[in-house]
Amino acid sequence: MASKMEYIDKGNKTSLFLSRLVSYIFLVFVTILSLFSFYLLIINSSRSNAQLQAGFEFLPKEHFFDNLATAWNDTSIFFLPQGMLNSFIVAALTCILTSYFSAMTAYGVCVYDFKGRKLVHKIIILVMMIPTQVSALGFVQLVNNLGLTNTYWPLVIPAIAAPSTYFYMKQYIDSTLPLEIVEAARVDGSNEFRTYNFICMPILKPALAVQMIFAFVASWNNFFTPALILDKKEMYTLPIMLSIVRSRINSQAGDMGEVYMIILLAIVPVVLVYLFLSKFIIGGVTLGSVKG
Amino acid sequence: MSSTTQAAPVKHKSISYARWGYFFIAPFVLVYLTCSLIPLLSTFYNSLFENYMDGLKQIGPNFVGLDNFVTIFTPRSSDGKLEVLSYTGNTLIMWVMGAVPQIVFALLLAVIFTSERMKIKGQGFFKTVIYMPNLIMASAFAMLFFQIFSSVGPINQIIIANGGSAFLFFDQMWSARTIIAFINFLMWFGNTTILLMAGIMGIDQSLFEAASIDGASSTQVFFRITIPLLMPIIVFVVITALIGGLQMFDVPQIITSGKGNPSNTTKTLVMALNGYIGLSKNYGMAGAYSFFLFIVTGALSFIVFRFTEPKKDNKKGGKK
Repeated sequence: MASKMEYIDKGNKTSLFLSRLVSYIFLVFVTILSLFSFYLLIINSSRSNAQLQAGFEFLPKEHFFDNLATAWNDTSIFFLPQGMLNSFIVAALTCILTSYFSAMTAYGVCVYDFKGRKLVHKIIILVMMIPTQVSALGFVQLVNNLGLTNTYWPLVIPAIAAPSTYFYMKQYIDSTLPLEIVEAARVDGSNEFRTYNFICMPILKPALAVQMIFAFVASWNNFFTPALILDKKEMYTLPIMLSIVRSRINSQAGDMGEVYMIILLAIVPVVLVYLFLSKFIIGGVTLGSVKG
Repeated sequence: MSSTTQAAPVKHKSISYARWGYFFIAPFVLVYLTCSLIPLLSTFYNSLFENYMDGLKQIGPNFVGLDNFVTIFTPRSSDGKLEVLSYTGNTLIMWVMGAVPQIVFALLLAVIFTSERMKIKGQGFFKTVIYMPNLIMASAFAMLFFQIFSSVGPINQIIIANGGSAFLFFDQMWSARTIIAFINFLMWFGNTTILLMAGIMGIDQSLFEAASIDGASSTQVFFRITIPLLMPIIVFVVITALIGGLQMFDVPQIITSGKGNPSNTTKTLVMALNGYIGLSKNYGMAGAYSFFLFIVTGALSFIVFRFTEPKKDNKKGGKK
């Protein structure tokens, strides 16, 4: 790096200063853009329904705990904390299954030269391009036929086959996992699954963390599939509860303050999970670079 | 790691270990076949039947061949327009309006973060923050922006304070589309940045050094080195964004209460599909719509691939 700096002459120093300045201004702008919505959510969750209907304000009001109580005691959505627990169960299982099994598939394709592995890879890439909604109708019918409506199985099991996670892990394994490690483990008498679970998985940790957070967030915020599968109140996930409370807004019974409180409560756990894993996201993506 | 040193030992040992590969891919393949392929095929099978609820009366299922597709491609009697094409158009227009700034912002940010020359401070903070909008539910975003641009929202408060009259953003086609596109942009630019950053870090650093020794300007480096070498990951980003864009649903659904106002100009393909599955339970039409969506996705992905995939001979390690 030092050697590189020598090539920058004095004329370039002003341009360096300028590009830094412009970059920082741009970054601050983007930061405001990104955090503005969070600010609005917090403000809105502290205002009463009447205040929210009346117009807009930039400063918080005093109804935060009223809204919290309303949301907590709303029996039309069963019980909000139950919804959070349900969402957490589904999201956690989804994220574990997705990252473990899709990474295992990628590992299988990368490490073993079995017949048809190129074909398998191509088919999975092809599959990645099919939007989930395309097969939603058939999926709902299948779930009905199997009598699995109002269970979490149809939300959790399909997570095992996540093509985009596969694709990402494949790129990562190709660029970071030395096959010599697998060879060495064999020489030491390690069984193939043991090698994967205890020797290779730790190396894949950063990439797995990235895919885990992506999967967790996607599942936590998913409304489309759960809404087609679940119609028992005690099974509802958060996005369904939110849509029920929200749908009342157009009628007189609606409470905007409660809606924003539920949104706020729904965001807190993902933000915590994200902040906890974010150092992996930033570092992990970097390591799992896709070679051009 | 070059592919030659890798390939040799693998080939050698493959006799005894290759079959293990099947065990590793088995769960994925089995789950895919049952949870995705069967539903996919049965969805297409549904499209060949007349099957819907007329009030409380169940009509069908009766085999009608390709009638549902004929219905889809029959112009609406009221104004002679093809519904399915206008929904595809709406979806694509709103996607492009969001995806272009999304990719431009992401590229700029990725270049800023990876610039050896600028050495931006506080990178960890900025990188963490730009992904955060992705944590908010799409429906929550839709509500916030509905509030901001509503007739009593802050934008209109400013307009009125300056002597104007309230502008109904959601009653005008372009303002409604712009707001929907902007939300999609805001939700996804951080995600794209993370992916592009990974791509740039993967480029051999010595190329940048060589270029700067040869006196290349940053613009030259960006267009002659960064962009061409980043092409494979840009293709990936564009295709995944396109697939996501064709699935656009939550935001326009909530902002327009499912109506796609004004006069269906913000109604997307999946909103129409959702209407057939959920409201009218018209499974035949839903199947036909799904098949159409499938064809559109496939065709567009193919086009993106064709136009952006770099020539094969530039590629190292043809393991893909």
